[in-house]
Amino acid sequence: MISVEIPTILRTYTGGERTVAAQGPDLAAVVTSLDAAYPGIGDRLLEGQVLRRFVNVYLNDEDVRFLDGINTAVTDGDTVTILPAVAGGAHTARVR
Amino acid sequence: MTRYDSLLASVGHTPLVGLPTLSPSQDVRLWAKLEDRNPTGSIKDRPALRMIEAAERDGVLKPGDTILEPTSGNTGISLAMAAKLKGYRLICVMPENTSAERTQLLKMWGAEVRYSPAAGGSNEAVRVAKEIAVANPDWVMLYQYGNTANSDAHYDGTGPELLADLPSITHFVAGLGTTGTLMGAGRFLRENVEGIQIVAAEPRYGELVYGLRNLDEGFVPELYDESVLTTRYSVGPAQAVRRTRELLEQEGIFAGISTGAILHAALGMADKAIKAGESADVAFVVCDGGWKYLSTGAYEGTLEEAEAALDGQLWA
Repeated sequence: MISVEIPTILRTYTGGERTVAAQGPDLAAVVTSLDAAYPGIGDRLLEGQVLRRFVNVYLNDEDVRFLDGINTAVTDGDTVTILPAVAGGAHTARVR
Repeated sequence: MTRYDSLLASVGHTPLVGLPTLSPSQDVRLWAKLEDRNPTGSIKDRPALRMIEAAERDGVLKPGDTILEPTSGNTGISLAMAAKLKGYRLICVMPENTSAERTQLLKMWGAEVRYSPAAGGSNEAVRVAKEIAVANPDWVMLYQYGNTANSDAHYDGTGPELLADLPSITHFVAGLGTTGTLMGAGRFLRENVEGIQIVAAEPRYGELVYGLRNLDEGFVPELYDESVLTTRYSVGPAQAVRRTRELLEQEGIFAGISTGAILHAALGMADKAIKAGESADVAFVVCDGGWKYLSTGAYEGTLEEAEAALDGQLWA
């Protein structure tokens, strides 16, 4: 099981839950399983097959854009954190 | 040389010290660049002075002018010192949820402070400063997020100093705010050290700071170039405080909380080197000392209490 931390702005989809469970084996599958459980949330995270410009996703605190992006492999026990970009933590989108 | 013609001339040239206790092995070593040894006690003295001198050289800044800058604190304090010595008026736009010491220091060096709402953090300070700039076209906004003099200070200073002191450097780890340190020193090191890893540690704040952010909006510093970085860590207050305390207890270094976040990423890279059976010399930045953060509660009580105290504060 993968633990996913949801930012405030997206908790309307998760019924207010801060942390939800999802399935691998990669980040794309995590988003797919999230969207199955919480319809609509996937579209807020992805634009086509890439992360939206101002959405940052971290696997065990490391930015997935520097790993394999949406194709980054995840294993049981991992924590995925989703955050909006802010100054002092902002990010440009990388097209993959 | 340790003699300088003035305080401004003494910016930079900071010591690099080894961490014999926190380093995981003889072959994987950590090195701390003590930027708290700058004139106002933070790394921001480097870009602040460089931005002012670049603006003077370009004729943008003239005697008696007013400087306006969005800052969560340290850059403002550095600018305030330099502005005082050079005869400029300084107005800082700062989020209202930064530590009390920052306001006290800014006023001590003669700066005026205007507050931006806590929600939105530094993004909001940037937005408010841009509004004020439009209404006051004769004021000079140096704008650290997009001013190449910011990263140039690290390209010409921080980077070469690191290489001179640690020719065997394999990793450079610093905080990601304006991105100036990582862009400047990172570029220099990439050009001069084959295979070097440039690692960003960005602070992850509590709910208040992110709570109202819209995912369709965002702010990316104009200086930021993702291709300079090898990887990027997001570090929350719990780990930042834990590492800040380890640095104090095991190495005797009294650093600010953002340094704890940077140390966390540095230890993460050191751990990867150990697992890969590689040797490493990991240099990281001590951005400032802990003095300005005593009132945040980060240094007292249990880690849980400190983490709770930091919730809602801009601690980096």
